[in-house]
Amino acid sequence: MSSETGKILTTDGIPLEESLKQSEKKNKIKAFLLVAPLLLFLIITYMIPIGDMFSRSIDDKMVTNMLPKTYKAMENWDGKELPPEEVFEAFYLDYKILVKNKTAGKLQTQLNYEKNGFKSVLKKLARKQKKFEDGNYKEQIMKVHKRWRNVEYWRAIKRRAPSYTYSKYLKGIDMYSNEDGKIVQVSEDRRIHRILWIRTVEVAFFVTLFCFLMAYPIAHLLATLPMKYSNLLMICVLLPFWTSLLVRTASWMILLQQQGIVNDFFVWIGLVADDNRPEMMYNKTGTYVAMTQILLPFMVLPLYSVMKTISPSLMRAGKSLGATPAVAFFKVYFPLTIPGIGAGCLLVFILAIGYYITPALVGGASGTLISNQIAYHMKSTLDWSFASAMGLMLLTGVLVIYWIYNKLVGVDNIKLG
Amino acid sequence: MALPKYTEPHYRIWHYFYLFVCGCVFFFLIAPLFVIFPLSFNAEEFLVFTDGMKRLDPDAFSLRWYNDMIYGTKNPWGLAARNSFIIAIFATLGSIILGTLAALGLSSRHMPYKGLIMAILISPMIVPLIISGVAIFFFMAKVGLAATHLGIILAHIILGTPFVVITVTATLSGFDHSITRAASSLGSSPYNTFMKITLPLILPGVISGGLFAFVTSFDEVVVVLFLAGLDNTTIPIQMWTGLREQLSPTILAVATCLIVLSVLILLTAELLRRRSERLRGINR
Repeated sequence: MSSETGKILTTDGIPLEESLKQSEKKNKIKAFLLVAPLLLFLIITYMIPIGDMFSRSIDDKMVTNMLPKTYKAMENWDGKELPPEEVFEAFYLDYKILVKNKTAGKLQTQLNYEKNGFKSVLKKLARKQKKFEDGNYKEQIMKVHKRWRNVEYWRAIKRRAPSYTYSKYLKGIDMYSNEDGKIVQVSEDRRIHRILWIRTVEVAFFVTLFCFLMAYPIAHLLATLPMKYSNLLMICVLLPFWTSLLVRTASWMILLQQQGIVNDFFVWIGLVADDNRPEMMYNKTGTYVAMTQILLPFMVLPLYSVMKTISPSLMRAGKSLGATPAVAFFKVYFPLTIPGIGAGCLLVFILAIGYYITPALVGGASGTLISNQIAYHMKSTLDWSFASAMGLMLLTGVLVIYWIYNKLVGVDNIKLG
Repeated sequence: MALPKYTEPHYRIWHYFYLFVCGCVFFFLIAPLFVIFPLSFNAEEFLVFTDGMKRLDPDAFSLRWYNDMIYGTKNPWGLAARNSFIIAIFATLGSIILGTLAALGLSSRHMPYKGLIMAILISPMIVPLIISGVAIFFFMAKVGLAATHLGIILAHIILGTPFVVITVTATLSGFDHSITRAASSLGSSPYNTFMKITLPLILPGVISGGLFAFVTSFDEVVVVLFLAGLDNTTIPIQMWTGLREQLSPTILAVATCLIVLSVLILLTAELLRRRSERLRGINR
């Protein structure tokens, strides 16, 4: 060892500090290589597609690509008066290609979103333009329909010039950008999305509340009973937890139907008349009952794991110091369970806010949530960009909650079973 | 939980009330599962308890819906069950391999950016399924894997790995790393150390994570709804279609089988949990 130079060397003559650094680096790389396959896999198949959803949701290239010459010509047009001849010519040329390729229908639909009545004008132009002569297209187009003299229609075309739009996000909260470019609400009878958002949050909130109220006592009982009883009762929590979601939803469909057992029971105890059985399914009641039962284990398990660690002698100490059982509970026991309550509530809330299957089966029209709307646009209307926009709005909400969860509990503290 | 003799009466009443509430909640949790059981043996086509069933008349019960499930004409359950098992088994294997490797890396104290990476690896569990479904569908459609078994298996690996990562990391948190160092110092290769020392010790965590991944895949319907074609129908998809269109007792027969399966899984998971607790107890 060369103590004269003041540096400690390893047996191969490298300074110890450097050698340690090297091995540290090697270990770092080793650890990272172990994580890398999963990380890469998730980034490629999951993170990037979610980013792809975002570009889809703001993508508006369709109209831009269909009218390339028009938008080029429109660059110098200020939009105050009717556009000059070259815009008309460019539009005529673009539109001719679209009609020839039989893709004009898409443009008609898209521009009709922008300005009502555009479709018929464009259809008429498609028929008449075959007889157009070269030159002076402005006159010829304006002759086809008097609306071409209205500058509003040209402004509508110009509004679709950018290849990106946030209109899908506005639509998700029942707003739109009107002809003057101002953001306004849609008419009252068409505000369906806001109702859905509010209902989703409301259902998630109340399901979380019900789960908490039901889970707290049983988690306490499970944590305080002697092992041999609590293990038995734990099965009542774990069996539903491991059972298929669809099986549990099916059993609620049987229970809640009009001739079902719950209604039979209500009739038997005389709560309702036999010919006046209430609808308990295909509405909000069904959604609440089924979701509460299905998500209850997710509340019980974190609460139980926290309560298990609280020593019973704390309560006894409180009582021996003169506290009534109620005071001892609220001053000693309850505050100690708050981490479990936070974990359980946020877990259930996050799960409930994105719930799809159960509301779709037992929710009917008044019990469906935002997820159902997303699925509807994915599968039925095929408006994928709108579905993506709504999905990302929901995701933002969930991520905010997740962030709070991480701050309060920490993701690595999630316990399963 | 017997009360001591000196308990005051109002507290006694409160205590019985509390037990009563707990009883009701346990009933609420478990009772719905038991409705399916008898109704699946119904001889009639209705989904209510017939008078015969209430009298426990043997003629009111039959196995016809089980018969229909297995031998029924044009019945989709055979194909669905085969697909479900194939998809779930491969998805579980994939999740176990990727998840265990990642958990080993994550539990090393040399791992950089641990928090961020953990957040990414867990994200499929936190992101609502419907959003995962949309995103995965876009990806699979782009690479041409929509409506294939491979596409669904990959999708289920995405959804299943977080469970494996969580359970294995939890097992590794109580893991004594000096054992592996001892093995290395005695001349064992890293591969041998892993196979002979690490793996047997973390096996309960790996298996219980695998169980979660299996159940997730076996019960998953949202993502498969986007991805599946006619050939890749699974049990959950068939149940979903059946429940939407018409609730037939055949579905209840299938549901009963699924409940039996979940009882088996529950038992396995419980045994593993106890074993792992015992092992950790020895470590302490």
